[in-house]
Amino acid sequence: MSLADPALPAKPRPPAFPVNWTSRIAWIGLALYTLYATSILELSWARFVTGLDNGAKFLARMFPPNFAADKLELIYTGMLESIQIAVVSTFFGVLLSMPLGLMAARNLSPGWLSWSARALIAVFRSFHPVIVSILFVKAVGFGALAGILALIVSSMGFVSKLFAEVVEEMNAKQVEAVRATGASFWNVLIFAVMPQVMARFVGLAVYQLDSNLRNSTMVGIVGGGGIGAPLFTAYQRFDYDVVLTILLCIIGLIMLAEMASGRIRRIFQ
Amino acid sequence: MSAVLSIRNLRKEYRPGQPVLKNISLDVGGEGVTAIIGPSGTGKSTLIRCINRLVDPTAGEILFEGADLAKLSGQKLRMARRRIGMVFQEYNLVERLSVMENVLSGRLGYVPAWQAFLRKFPAQDVTRAFELIEAVGLTEEFANRRADALSGGQRQRVGIARAIMQSPALVLADEPTSSLDPKTSVEIMELLAQLSHARATPIIVNIHNVDLARRYARRIIGMTGGEVVYDGPPEGLEASHLKHIYGGEDFL
Repeated sequence: MSLADPALPAKPRPPAFPVNWTSRIAWIGLALYTLYATSILELSWARFVTGLDNGAKFLARMFPPNFAADKLELIYTGMLESIQIAVVSTFFGVLLSMPLGLMAARNLSPGWLSWSARALIAVFRSFHPVIVSILFVKAVGFGALAGILALIVSSMGFVSKLFAEVVEEMNAKQVEAVRATGASFWNVLIFAVMPQVMARFVGLAVYQLDSNLRNSTMVGIVGGGGIGAPLFTAYQRFDYDVVLTILLCIIGLIMLAEMASGRIRRIFQ
Repeated sequence: MSAVLSIRNLRKEYRPGQPVLKNISLDVGGEGVTAIIGPSGTGKSTLIRCINRLVDPTAGEILFEGADLAKLSGQKLRMARRRIGMVFQEYNLVERLSVMENVLSGRLGYVPAWQAFLRKFPAQDVTRAFELIEAVGLTEEFANRRADALSGGQRQRVGIARAIMQSPALVLADEPTSSLDPKTSVEIMELLAQLSHARATPIIVNIHNVDLARRYARRIIGMTGGEVVYDGPPEGLEASHLKHIYGGEDFL
């Protein structure tokens, strides 16, 4: 009787928790490769300790931060330009991501279209924004335009890929019901697809604004406009106190953006 | 009785050589509920979904308002779908839209995209939507509630209002009561029967509950193994038929 307590030793059964050899081998492989890579790159504890010492000296030279009026004006102009780059590139990048993401979604688009859209997204995603900036600085010259174009490309890569995934995860039954009313493709999009994916899309857009604010401080290093250029110059001239002022400004900006994005997301829930 | 819908030799194979529907021929006309009963997996849903082409039939004709639905595509298929309302087992409302928007989505076959986007529906459509919300047993206060805030029975009422909003010549209901409690199931079937009578619109209902089918249908179609094995009034449906339809007799 299976419901009664066991009295006799049971017959042999398969193991209750069988070993997954594939995953075990994968973990061992990862550990071995990490050890190998460490040895090849000549990482050593001694170098790390010396580095800490240098770092401490470098940090000491940053204090106190430089709040001289001329520096502040320079930083103000740079920060303002960075914010503008971030907002403009997010706006256009996110706007263009919507059609691109819909085209890439396999449950809405025919195979050839979603395949091409995916290929384009993969190209956009393959380079870091700084590398894309270098290309655009070569193409359109120094300044904010290059930074904006670079960040539009990277925004499209990120937002449209994730947006396509959101669209693919939507509830097909709701779409089917609207299609059954005789609605056109566009009306199905407006009444069945968009309501389901819009909140997540706004979430992605806000997240992208957040990360574009970070990225826009960086494109300046290669000539893409914004605070990056003064930051890089200050480093090269060993004006570490100015560097600290700029870093504090960036930290303040990112924290503000963090708070704002939380609020915006709540509004669109 | 002139037929609104004539199905001729309908056949559907999801995998070649394994027909789910074998040569179904049916005429549905006039008012009243036609209930299709049969065990799960016997092709009831497939049959209903072939009619408005949510599923593409393999062979056969589906004659409706002078056209063969089985051969339509694109624009013409959309025009035909506008005339066929559909009610679903899981209601299939757009959860994040309001009740009003869900009901008005029954007009999406008639409204251009920019109007749909701006929610600029013709005034008579909006008036009609309010009327329907009340006609299916809700109050106008429900109009601005989001669909995901409703109970199952309320959602199904909205689903029915959406179907009627199309001014359909035919309504299909794919197990409209299977997700509902017994009392609400009765209410929903009552509503469908009333509606069919008031609008003189035939309704085809897939249903698992034989008692509900007997109570509300004028005609019962019993299916098993992709074939129609009983077609007649509920009074004629006997234990021997049910035995044939469902197989075995323990459930009787």
